[in-house]
Amino acid sequence: MQRHLISAADLTRDDAVLILDTAEEMARVADRPIKKLPTLRGRTVVNLFFEDSTRTRISFEAAEKRLSADVINFTAKGSSVSKGESLKDTAQTLEAMGVDAVVIRHGASGAPYRLATSGWIDAAVINAGDGTHQHPTQALLDAFTMRRRLVGRDAGLGKDLDGRRITIVGDVLHSRVARSNVDLLHTLGAEVTLVAPPTLLPVGVETWPCEVSYDLDSTLPKSDAVMMLRVQRERMNAAFFPTEREYSRRYGLDGDRMARMPEHAIVMHPGPMVRGMEITAEVADSDRCTVVEQVTNGVSIRMAVLYLLLGGNEPAVTHARTTEEK
Amino acid sequence: MSKILIRGAKVLGGEPQDVLIDGQTIAQVGTGLPAEGAEVVEAGGKVLLPGLVDLHTHLREPGREDSETVLTGTRAAASGGYTTVFAMANTFPVADTAGVVEQVWRLGKESGYCDVQPIGAVTVGLKGAKLAELGAMHESAAGVTVFSDDGKCVHDAVIMRRALEYVKAFGGVVAQHAQEPRLTEGAQMNEGVVSAELGLGGWPAVAEESIIARDVLLAEHVGSRVHICHLSTAGSVEIVRWAKSRGIDVTAEVTPHHLLLTDELVRSYNPVYKVNPPLRTERDVMALREALADGTIDIVATDHAPHPHEDKDCEWAAAAMGMVGLETALSVVQETMVDTGLLDWAGVADRMSFTPARIGRAAGQGRPVSAGEPANLTLVDTAYRGRVDPAGFASRSRNTPYEGRELPGRVTHTWLRGKATLVDGKLT
Repeated sequence: MQRHLISAADLTRDDAVLILDTAEEMARVADRPIKKLPTLRGRTVVNLFFEDSTRTRISFEAAEKRLSADVINFTAKGSSVSKGESLKDTAQTLEAMGVDAVVIRHGASGAPYRLATSGWIDAAVINAGDGTHQHPTQALLDAFTMRRRLVGRDAGLGKDLDGRRITIVGDVLHSRVARSNVDLLHTLGAEVTLVAPPTLLPVGVETWPCEVSYDLDSTLPKSDAVMMLRVQRERMNAAFFPTEREYSRRYGLDGDRMARMPEHAIVMHPGPMVRGMEITAEVADSDRCTVVEQVTNGVSIRMAVLYLLLGGNEPAVTHARTTEEK
Repeated sequence: MSKILIRGAKVLGGEPQDVLIDGQTIAQVGTGLPAEGAEVVEAGGKVLLPGLVDLHTHLREPGREDSETVLTGTRAAASGGYTTVFAMANTFPVADTAGVVEQVWRLGKESGYCDVQPIGAVTVGLKGAKLAELGAMHESAAGVTVFSDDGKCVHDAVIMRRALEYVKAFGGVVAQHAQEPRLTEGAQMNEGVVSAELGLGGWPAVAEESIIARDVLLAEHVGSRVHICHLSTAGSVEIVRWAKSRGIDVTAEVTPHHLLLTDELVRSYNPVYKVNPPLRTERDVMALREALADGTIDIVATDHAPHPHEDKDCEWAAAAMGMVGLETALSVVQETMVDTGLLDWAGVADRMSFTPARIGRAAGQGRPVSAGEPANLTLVDTAYRGRVDPAGFASRSRNTPYEGRELPGRVTHTWLRGKATLVDGKLT
């Protein structure tokens, strides 16, 4: 493992499997009466959020607290950032208070990379989503969810997603989730197909390690998992598609389309969902949809990442579990 | 007046000769010239060029004296071998009136390091809506002949047409920053494989090429000359080549950085590589070199764009666009054009002195190195190789993409009308 987690593309297959396996260990903690480990006691983690985010910030915070870290939450609104302070000064100010890791969400692509490589600070940097670049913990929790559902909770340990067919549908152009997933799923041996109107695919997508299709219906029967991306209604105003209804008709997932998926196939969504746009309520609320599970898994994945980046070589859970299971 | 004898210099890269300067003028060029009464500069096989002329410099004064002033910018120019710079109009206030261009012109006179020829804005406040008083700027003491909204594109086809027509009355030229604004909203880097991966807003080549295509056709229609700033794509080269073959009066410039650097460097997210137009691909770089060699691209212009440290020491999206270039331009041209065999030193003199002076109508600049001509000269140690150290820059800003990079060539002497502005690599 590297010292930072900036991009899903930086992870080797073994790194990724190690994180997924560690997350399974972490998940067991959630089943206990006391959902807490002492692993990061005395370590301080700052959640540095320059962009509005509820679920990712709360997920990281829950993960940090379950590992007994001291947590500082920093949001840009109302802070010195809104008064013109630079990223560098903000980061250095926080580090001066003794921070071991920075979890950063930023609207500018590359901001976490700059933080990790510019010599501004020494702390470990974890990317919690940067612009339209990367969101590696989202890709990891998605892969974790797929492995559990498609390979098995225990059967999946030590395994990757070899040969699994994953379809990602929607606004790929503006999506850091899509980029991270393409990188990670490819590393894990899955076959990825991106489905979107041509306007919502970046120029250059042809070099990505995946297939690209403009047609959702022909892709669905060959999918083990279908991941729907959020499509912001405002995109319509920049002529990415004519109307919300047309988008929905051509690229939305409804009950009829879901029925064309193989029996075992799951529906995923990174949230927040726009019901009626890319996904209908019928699909969102069906038991094939893993959206709530993904949130739960997100905490386990973030615990695993924090532990592996900060916890050193001490076993995280094994020791605690053996004493408890006696 | 004092005499200077430059002994054993390869004039435009030819056989070693002596050049005798008497006062402001070149008195004699030949071999075995007498040294009596003259200060002798032993050239020892260095290359002697006419003083370089930069048609595209941002001196930042008035308004952004924290990044550059006319004085520091002209010192940087002399360090880089330049004897004339054309100062772009995007200052604060914008150089869109006779008053502002005269101020810049006067500051240039006072600096004494090189001639400063102000460029006037095409439209009021660079807003693209209303023509600035082009005639007044031309008739001012500054004698403006080049007009540009550089930094912004004159995107309105009617305004561009009128500007092209209007400046014909006094032999002016419009230098277009070709960037279709709608296609580049939120653009951060060249649109392609790298931008797709990095998640940075794409800046398509077509945004530049479509404006160039439109403007050469407009120039043809109204019978005007047009100059294209910092051409950066292989497609733009094709359009300019086609226009020239049709006899359209178009000239074009390329920056040193577009001859050397590609968008692969943006993978570092280091804003020192953030520039407008953006760094393109290897294919574009090769097409630009070839076009500069065959004359499709007429000149090298630096687009020297100083920025204070804090405007680059940040995340990519927040950073300013541009890089300094005056003090590294000749080295980059040697690296990309001369040492590759694409251009000889006579060709460099043409692309960096004769032709830019002709396009900008810079009197007494870009003249041959021969008796009777003004002594605007640059002596280059072409055998030198060294790493770029921004700490040694004369510019007030340090935003160079070449820090630590090994480049060939070093300007050792610059003379402005017989007065040394640079001696042994040190400003006078």
